[in-house]
Amino acid sequence: MTDILMPALSPTMEEGKLAKWLVKEGDTVKPGDVIAEIETDKATMEVEAVDEGVISKLMVEAGTEGVKVNAIIAQLSAEGEAPKPKANGKAKAAKVDAPPQAVAETPAVEAKAKNDGHRLRAPEQKVAAAEGLHDPTLPEGVTYKKTAVRDALRDAIAEEMRRDERVFLMGEEVGQYQGAYKVSRGLLEEFGDRRVIDTPITEYGFAGLGVGAAFGGLRPIVEFMTFNFAMQAIDHIINSAAKTLYMSGGQMGCPIVFRGPNGAASRVGAQHSQDYSAWYGHVPGLKVLAPYDAADAKGLLKAAIRDPNPVVFLEHELMYGVEFDVPEVEDFVLPIGKARIRREGTDVTLVAHSRMVKFALDAAEELAGIGIEAEVIDLRSLRPLDTETVIESVKKTNRIVCCEEGWRFFGVGAEIAAAVVEHAFDYLDAPPLRVAQKDVPLPYAANLERLSLPNAQDIVEAAKKVCYRETE
Amino acid sequence: MAGKTGGAKVRKPVSEPQKADLIGFYRDMLLIRRFEEKAGQLYGMGLIAGFCHLYIGQEAVVVGVQSILEPDDQVITGYRDHGHMLAAGMTSRGVMAELTGREGGYARGKGGSMHMFSREKNFFGGHGIVGAQVPLGTGLAFSNRYKGTDAVCIAYFGDGASNQGQVYEAFNMASLWKLPVVYVIENNQYAMGTSIARASAETELFKRGISFEIPGEEVDGMDVLAVRKAAAKAVQRARDGDGPYILEMKTYRYRGHSMSDPAKYRTREEVQDVREHRDPIEMLKKKLLDAKHVTEDDLKKIEAEVREIVNDSAQFAQDSPEPDPAELWTDVLVESR
Repeated sequence: MTDILMPALSPTMEEGKLAKWLVKEGDTVKPGDVIAEIETDKATMEVEAVDEGVISKLMVEAGTEGVKVNAIIAQLSAEGEAPKPKANGKAKAAKVDAPPQAVAETPAVEAKAKNDGHRLRAPEQKVAAAEGLHDPTLPEGVTYKKTAVRDALRDAIAEEMRRDERVFLMGEEVGQYQGAYKVSRGLLEEFGDRRVIDTPITEYGFAGLGVGAAFGGLRPIVEFMTFNFAMQAIDHIINSAAKTLYMSGGQMGCPIVFRGPNGAASRVGAQHSQDYSAWYGHVPGLKVLAPYDAADAKGLLKAAIRDPNPVVFLEHELMYGVEFDVPEVEDFVLPIGKARIRREGTDVTLVAHSRMVKFALDAAEELAGIGIEAEVIDLRSLRPLDTETVIESVKKTNRIVCCEEGWRFFGVGAEIAAAVVEHAFDYLDAPPLRVAQKDVPLPYAANLERLSLPNAQDIVEAAKKVCYRETE
Repeated sequence: MAGKTGGAKVRKPVSEPQKADLIGFYRDMLLIRRFEEKAGQLYGMGLIAGFCHLYIGQEAVVVGVQSILEPDDQVITGYRDHGHMLAAGMTSRGVMAELTGREGGYARGKGGSMHMFSREKNFFGGHGIVGAQVPLGTGLAFSNRYKGTDAVCIAYFGDGASNQGQVYEAFNMASLWKLPVVYVIENNQYAMGTSIARASAETELFKRGISFEIPGEEVDGMDVLAVRKAAAKAVQRARDGDGPYILEMKTYRYRGHSMSDPAKYRTREEVQDVREHRDPIEMLKKKLLDAKHVTEDDLKKIEAEVREIVNDSAQFAQDSPEPDPAELWTDVLVESR
């Protein structure tokens, strides 16, 4: 005898009306036959037989309201000649908390074993530990080469493509045109069109194709001409790349780099000028990097390409042509997740990333002139975020100004200020302040654009404010 | 399926199905149907939650296509994916336990009905965003080409997904680069509650590749042998380096879009008519009996065997414990050190 239970139409349904029986006692039913109709305030649904047999008893009359989910509504007896499998659908009352017991067959065993060695510890209330992460020690007498950021990025890509056959570059104009911003100059000539792939203008499509290629065992570098256009592709960056490892119980890694210029360019208006740091920084399953100088651009891009996870690599158009010293060492790779202290100071901490680091350094210079020694922290990595370095600095300076090019609402500065308040509240001598873009779409007019974007002077003013010095 | 019809096959030519193959197709379709009915039952009991999209009625599509694939070919689909996983050789236990959100599931309970994967079986999901699997599958095909293998990717999607823009972005690149991908459109006539005539200006979906130079054809998706024949041709074409192909499978889903769909947008007569006249399992059953490949007793045995597998997986899915709370924090990132 098998019990037929009142089914739920939705996870929230608790009871319903048994509107109509479509079978009567003594009828033979087979799986898929509609036997009854049930109704809730929202919907009507048919109940199908799941087992084969004869309806021996209808327990609830048609038209009955308030029938509880999982109540027995009918009984089914197996037909004589049907072989009776041992677990034949003896419907059990729903029990959500099944007793734990040994699992006889676990399909994900392999994946599980692979990941056993490196379970993430719950980091929620802890200061992100960047301990043990160090920039490589450079050999004595190392020489440096003046390199523009764009060339440092190109060198990183070329070195990684030489090192690993699975690495390829795809995007709009990366090949024959040599890159919209000339980052991929010379790569087509060296690696050919199998590995340097010009795509149609189809961000959503090629981002998805790149993620699929990563699932297929390759290591794609997907270039967006700017991250503004990646908004069309953000579904694949987040839903397909960032979440799949988790949803697959660790089976489906997605080693891919999404890179391109981010933030304000110059006089290109609102749709071409936006900082996505906070957008991607928000998402678990991604790593997000935003280097400032050429050495970091090179060392972090190499790390990103080697990383087994999806990495969003935010460059800055206005930094591409700026030259910095890059150490001339073989295989210069930097750790992901470690901030760099660009200038030491005792009076106020200035936190910045990407191009804002330049403004923070300029501000520190000016502040030094009026006796304020600022410590400048270049975050470099936004996810994971090296909160530890920031907090240690605040414990020393007791004051912080968070600088970012994007909007302040729900921004990177808000996250850092919250972390500082949470972990170093007693050390603060002033409320944390934020310097950010004005809360408007970026205007085109030169004067309005200037007014909208944060600059060194804004940082100086904020630093003076947290130091309780006279401001202008 | 479940280890019964898998295994290495000789690569081309795809042979005419023999008696044992036909019986295998019958059994595989029946397993999917009984599995889905059981899933529906467990949903009704509150053991499966969230969205649960059943494949009942469409079994011939996946069984026919999978029957000609090699173990290194890849498969990717949308959220109506239970049938595809079983046909790809994933275990009923692992799939059902994922539906109940338990440790024994393919993603240890972290993916659920719409997000399941098996690296081992080259099953790449299980994707919840309508149409996402099309560029993803095209990317898998790209990886085959890049690595120089002759593996083919099958990207399944529905008539609903066929109106997503990203599908055409993928079509364009697949054709431009002659990627080894076969697009199988499972046209079950309804995108959730909207019939194809109400949603599509061009309802003959096999024509959707014309402006990308992708040929296509309409296939009776209720006839497992017709499906197999069409798939064999399309897959061979892709394997030979001649690029993508579109197979529009005319099929039908008997159940609602998901479990909470009252199905008010079509009549009971319409559903009943398909069930009575075009049911893929009944049609093959008749063929098997007419050709005297099987007796009624043989069929009963198959039925019993399938039921045993399904009941066992349902029991397993209830007995398997919920994932350890520590699982909350695992698999967010692959640790590289």
